[in-house]
Amino acid sequence: MSQKFKNKIDVYTGKLLRYGVLVSCGITVFGGILYMFQYHGKMPDYSPVPFGEPFGVSENLRGISGIVRGLLKLDGASVIQLGIIVLIATPVLRVAFSAVAFLIEKDRQYFAITVTVLIIIIINMIFGLH
Amino acid sequence: MEILFIILFCGGILAGFVGSLTGLGGGVVVIPLLAIGLGFDMRYAIGTALVTSIATSSGAAAAYIRERITNIRIGMLLEIATTAGAVFGALIAVYLDKKYIAVIFGCVLIFSAIRTVLKRETKHSDSSASKLAEKLNLNGCYPAANSKIIDYKVKNVAGGFSIMTLAGALSGLLGIGSGAFKVLAMDTVMKIPFKVSTTTSNFMVGVTAAASAVVYLQRGYIDPGLAMPVVTGVLSGAYFGSKILPKASAKKLRLLFGIMILSLSILMIYNGLTDKM
Repeated sequence: MSQKFKNKIDVYTGKLLRYGVLVSCGITVFGGILYMFQYHGKMPDYSPVPFGEPFGVSENLRGISGIVRGLLKLDGASVIQLGIIVLIATPVLRVAFSAVAFLIEKDRQYFAITVTVLIIIIINMIFGLH
Repeated sequence: MEILFIILFCGGILAGFVGSLTGLGGGVVVIPLLAIGLGFDMRYAIGTALVTSIATSSGAAAAYIRERITNIRIGMLLEIATTAGAVFGALIAVYLDKKYIAVIFGCVLIFSAIRTVLKRETKHSDSSASKLAEKLNLNGCYPAANSKIIDYKVKNVAGGFSIMTLAGALSGLLGIGSGAFKVLAMDTVMKIPFKVSTTTSNFMVGVTAAASAVVYLQRGYIDPGLAMPVVTGVLSGAYFGSKILPKASAKKLRLLFGIMILSLSILMIYNGLTDKM
């Protein structure tokens, strides 16, 4: 396949990464401003918790449904979490994007390689759900 | 809280700068800052470091692709190894005490730090590539500092692939990008030029970290109050890092890289021995 087409794929992949990071950063900063007003003066406790005891951020900040509910109330912490989800999705989308690019390029070998990576990522996410 | 935000933001700038320059990812600075500097729970440190690694990786990768240094095919092929390794690492993390993992990891890192600092500049001009590299279309070229285009051939694909599996397992286990191992596999084993290795490693770290980050988010290890200042700081730092990389010399990068993994290894061993993990 032509060098020109290869260059195009590289340019679009770069753009995808850049916009993903910029959008994520924008959402996170907006959430941060809300967070500063809503949690003003409060010092959260991050000190070590013994293994086995309840640990972590509140339940509603751990999943999409809780975060969406928080977004409707313009909760700063939920808006930040949305920005982080966009950030996590960016490299995964990049792999999906590359798969399509290799398919258009008719590079079957690298299409198969890229799809394999996607499948492994999905397996990894499912394994984490227990 | 406002003072904590400022400290975290400045720490993030430093992490992003170092992470993008070395290809190590931002976690190297973020984990010690949160876990030892500020005395926070290790799990919050790991959760924040993972998000940081994705930000540095994606942010800097966007710039590197434009500079035409990254080899996407090498990255994609080796991502099979790192992501599969990450699944394996996450599985054994459930059964193995983190204390031992930290000590073993620290020892391996000291070994690679010494190797990196003592090693002389590798000659990459040898024209023979491995058959597998030829078949997988991995050989490439990149623009050097003096605007010359340098061609390179890839060797020992199987060896590099094995070390990448180990790198992936370690990131699944410890929540870091383990860019150190990624660079080692590409630079030392596969004989890919150092600049191509660091940028391709940087490009890959995000994908491996993203897979684990979903798990950490569901477990509640990613705290918005920590992630916001650190991530924005890291992105600013990574931006400066990516501006400097095409101009920086491989020798200086290697030294910086060696010092970074050495401090990381000492920290990991210390944490393991004092039960801080």
